[in-house]
This record gives sequence, C-alpha cells and structure tokens, in this order.
Amino acid sequence: MANKTLKEIIKDGLWANNPALVQVLGLCPLLAVTGTVVNGIGLGLATLLVLVGSNLSVSLIRNFVSDSVRLPAFVMIIASFVTCAELLMQAYTYQLYEILGIFIPLIVTNCAILGRADGFASRNPVLLSVLDGFMMGAGFLAVLIVLGGIRELIGQGTLFSNMDLIFGAGASTWKIQVFDDYANVLFMILPPGAFVGLGFLIALKNGIDGQIRKRQAARDTQPVTTGSKRVRVTGNVS
Amino acid sequence: MAFLRLSSPHAHGPQRTSRVMFWVILATLPGLLAQTLWFGWGNLVNTVFCVALALLTEGVILLLRKRPVAFFLKDNTAAVTGLLLGLSLPPFAPWWVCAVAVVVAILLAKQLYGGLGSNPFNPAMVGYALVLVSFPVAMTTNWASPTGLGADTPGLLHTIALNFTGAEPVDGYTMATPLDVYKHDIKTHLSSQVLQNPAFGDFVSKGWEWVNLGFLAGGLLLIALRLITWHIPVSLLAALSLMSLAFGWDPDRYAPLTIHLLSGATMLGAFFIATDPVTAATSRKGKLVYGAGIGILLYIIRTWGSYPDAVAFAVLLMNFAVPFIDYYTQPRTYGHQKARRVKSDQA
Repeated sequence: MANKTLKEIIKDGLWANNPALVQVLGLCPLLAVTGTVVNGIGLGLATLLVLVGSNLSVSLIRNFVSDSVRLPAFVMIIASFVTCAELLMQAYTYQLYEILGIFIPLIVTNCAILGRADGFASRNPVLLSVLDGFMMGAGFLAVLIVLGGIRELIGQGTLFSNMDLIFGAGASTWKIQVFDDYANVLFMILPPGAFVGLGFLIALKNGIDGQIRKRQAARDTQPVTTGSKRVRVTGNVS
Repeated sequence: MAFLRLSSPHAHGPQRTSRVMFWVILATLPGLLAQTLWFGWGNLVNTVFCVALALLTEGVILLLRKRPVAFFLKDNTAAVTGLLLGLSLPPFAPWWVCAVAVVVAILLAKQLYGGLGSNPFNPAMVGYALVLVSFPVAMTTNWASPTGLGADTPGLLHTIALNFTGAEPVDGYTMATPLDVYKHDIKTHLSSQVLQNPAFGDFVSKGWEWVNLGFLAGGLLLIALRLITWHIPVSLLAALSLMSLAFGWDPDRYAPLTIHLLSGATMLGAFFIATDPVTAATSRKGKLVYGAGIGILLYIIRTWGSYPDAVAFAVLLMNFAVPFIDYYTQPRTYGHQKARRVKSDQA
C-alpha cells in the first residue's frame, strides 16, 4: 500500500479517523473515567505514551516477526508499555493513579492501540509509525478532554478542578467555578452521562463533516468523487 | 349506479391522537384535584409550568428539525408528557428540577429518537428517572405534608414563590411519603407502631389514598371510553397484589397490600403511564405480560430496592422488554392456524 503522507496521518489521527469519534474504539476507559478534565488528561496521556511506544517497537520488529505470531507479540509489547505507564503514574501522580484505578492496566485491552499496531505500525517505517501513534493518541486525548470538560461542567459546575494531581501544587488554582451554588447533576457524572455526551460529540463531528461536504460540493462544479469513506476497522486500507 | 369506493372496515375513526390525548388530560383532573385538596397548590403549579415548557421545547425542536410545528403541537402528546411530569414530581420540587425533567423528556427521550411514535421509552418517565438519579435530595425532601398535618399548607402565590425562587420550604410544609416512612421505620418498629405515624391517617395513607382513587376514577373513565384497554392496568395491579400477598403477608416486615395499591404513584402509573400507546406492548396477550412485568418489578424495587417508589424504573425496564414481548405474543392472523413467527436466521 502506498505510504500515507505526513499530512494525511495527522489529519487521520486528529479528525478523519479519530479513534474515539470515528473508529469508536477504546470506549471502556473513555466512558468510565471522563468524569472530570483531569481524569481525561491522565488517561489520555497514558494512552498516548503507550501508543507511541508500541507503534515504535512494532515498527522496529515488523520484518522479524512472522505473521502467525504477530498478535501475541504485539500484545506483549503493549502490555510492557502499559506496565511502564502504570509504574510511572504510581511514582509521580499517585493520587490520580488511585482515582483511575483499574482503567490504567485496562489500556492493554484498548483496541485502538492493537489496531494501530497491526493496521499501521506493522507495515510502515519507524518515523511514520511514531507520528501515527502520536496523532492517534492526541486525537483520543482531545476527545477525552472535551468529554471530561462537558461532564465536569454539567455534572458539578466546575472546570479544571484538581489539576494539581498532574501539574503540581501550583495548578490547584486553575479550578474555575462556572456556576455558583450549583446542584450537581449526578447523571452526567455517572456512566450514562458519558454515553449521552459521546453521542452528542459524534453527532457534532458528523454534522461538521456534512457541512464541509456540502460546501465542497457547492464550490466544485464537477460531481463530487465518492472515494473511500471512513474506514472503521484496521487492516489493509488502500 | 354508484359504488362506495371504500374498503373494509367501514368504520369511522374518531380516535385521532389529539382527541385521545385530550381525554387523557381530562381524565387526570380528579387526581389533580385530590392532589390540590390534600397537598396544596404545588402539583398544579408544577403541572402548568411543565405543560407550558413541554410545548415550548417541542415547538423549538420541531422548528430545528424542520417539521410542521402546529401539526405536531396540536396532537397534545407533548402536553401529556408535561402533565404526567407535573403530576408525579414532588409538589415543592424547585422549577429547575421540573425544567430538566421536561427538557430531557422531550428532547432526549422523544425528539432525538424521531418524535411521536418512534420513541422506545416513555418520555415522561425518562425525564423523571433522570432527575431522580441526579437530584436525590430535591426529589425526596420536597413532598408536601397532607392538609391538617404540620404547618398550614402555603397558598397559591406562596407556593409559586417557593418553587421559583429557590427558597427552602419550611419543615412543616414537607414530609416523607408514606411508602418512604413505612420502608424506613419497619426495620426498627412493629407495624402497629409504624402506622401511628400521622402520614398514614385513619384509612390507608392520608391524602395519598384520595389521590390514587382520583386517578383510578379517571382511569376507569378512559377504559369506559375505550381509549385504553383494561389489560395493562388490571394485570399490573393484579401482579402487584399477588406479589404483595406472596411476600408481604407479614406487615411487620413489608408494607401491606393496601399501602402498595393506594399510596405512591400506583394508580397514576397503572392507568396513565404504563398505558402509553407508543411504548407499551401492542397485542392483548402482550399487554397482559407487559403490565404484569411492571407490577412485579414495582413490588421488587419498592420492597428490596433502595427507592421507596419505583413506577418510573419499572416502566422503563419493561419498555426495554417490549420488542421481545411483541415478538412472542403476535396474535393469530385471520385465516391462519397459528401465528407465524419469522425465524431469527431467516430474518
């Protein structure tokens, strides 16, 4: 398959093939921990780290691992990086580690990571793979932050609370009390709120895409070429 | 010679949605009257507010969806959703609780699924369940005490001021519901001691019994007018009674049958909420199963769950089951031996 250009990789990760909004992968941590912005950032950064690391390693060994054993090998690599991330969080952001709990080890099972390892890193050179991992991770992180922000804002009327868990004691003043005397909407903090929030985000993305397509069609006099649509699954995409 | 070019059935259809919903609204009036007599103006104030907001929300969303606004507002279904919320929310629920419930009901539970007829869940109950889960304090401490107990019931203007300015109602205005009292106190007291609580009054549960009888009367009117069939209410109440007789025969452990039937939202749920034609099962057999399921869940959640009343949760859980019930209760088609079912592998 033809290598994608750098621009395409960046656009895919952040928007066109966003792991959370388009591939709809990694929902388990996405739905479970995004009660606040800080939780979203914590889990998003851990996932980003693991994605970059696993894409790098998988790309390095891609010519030495036979097809029949590639998936176990990938999973072992991913598991190693998740362990690293877990130990790092234990060392530097212990309170956040306690809050995120089981969802840090569960990054191993995030299909977005295995999907990128098998679908991209195992057939592309190192630098492209690292960039792809970084952009996919950044796209995932962005969705986690936005969803965390929405749920924190509606759920408890604040933004950026407890940021000191990641950014040190100075960040404890970042908290913005948006609504004073706010009755917490528990629904948004509980998992059902995450489903509703993610549904609205996906709808928003599709709506924006529709607008862009409409404008494109209006600008081009020639009929719009219906090329490859959004591809949800990993694998050989040409 | 002129032929009538009509195919059977040659019956006129007076059952337009708007007419059915209009009668549903009229039929809730006895219950609303009893609520106003026994618990003050709170429910009436909430009802007016919820209906107005429901119509407004529906209108705005229909505009956004580029649908005919007047056509859909005239069918009265949005008004009924608002009405049911106004009747079931606590009388002193602050305005923002009502507003969240109404907007969620119309926007999330109805219009996002495609509007009238496409929603799998009862909109009013989705709104109710959401505020019940989200604001547990506001939803449990704002029930009014019946007239004659505690402080004098506040007047109309005072009630409006209470519900819309965020002022806390005085302690004497509010009181735990009988179901709540019984469930809580029976853990440490005997039945005869629990029933000393003024919430139960002389008959079953002060005030609530009249509210429930009011909704029962309205429901019977709907059945008499053939706007709803008897299947869902009867099977719901029968299942609730059977569960209560089977498990709750000892009043020193669980609330007796009379309190289950004539307290809380039992009658409102049985005749007005569970019978929603969109979200209920369709065939007669299906309706019996659906109603019985709600009755059983109602008893289970009231008795062993953490909420004192459970109409919203029971109805929503059975709404989940409606496609399944409909699939297994398809009536026999005329001319066929037995109802034919599409095998899942052929579907």
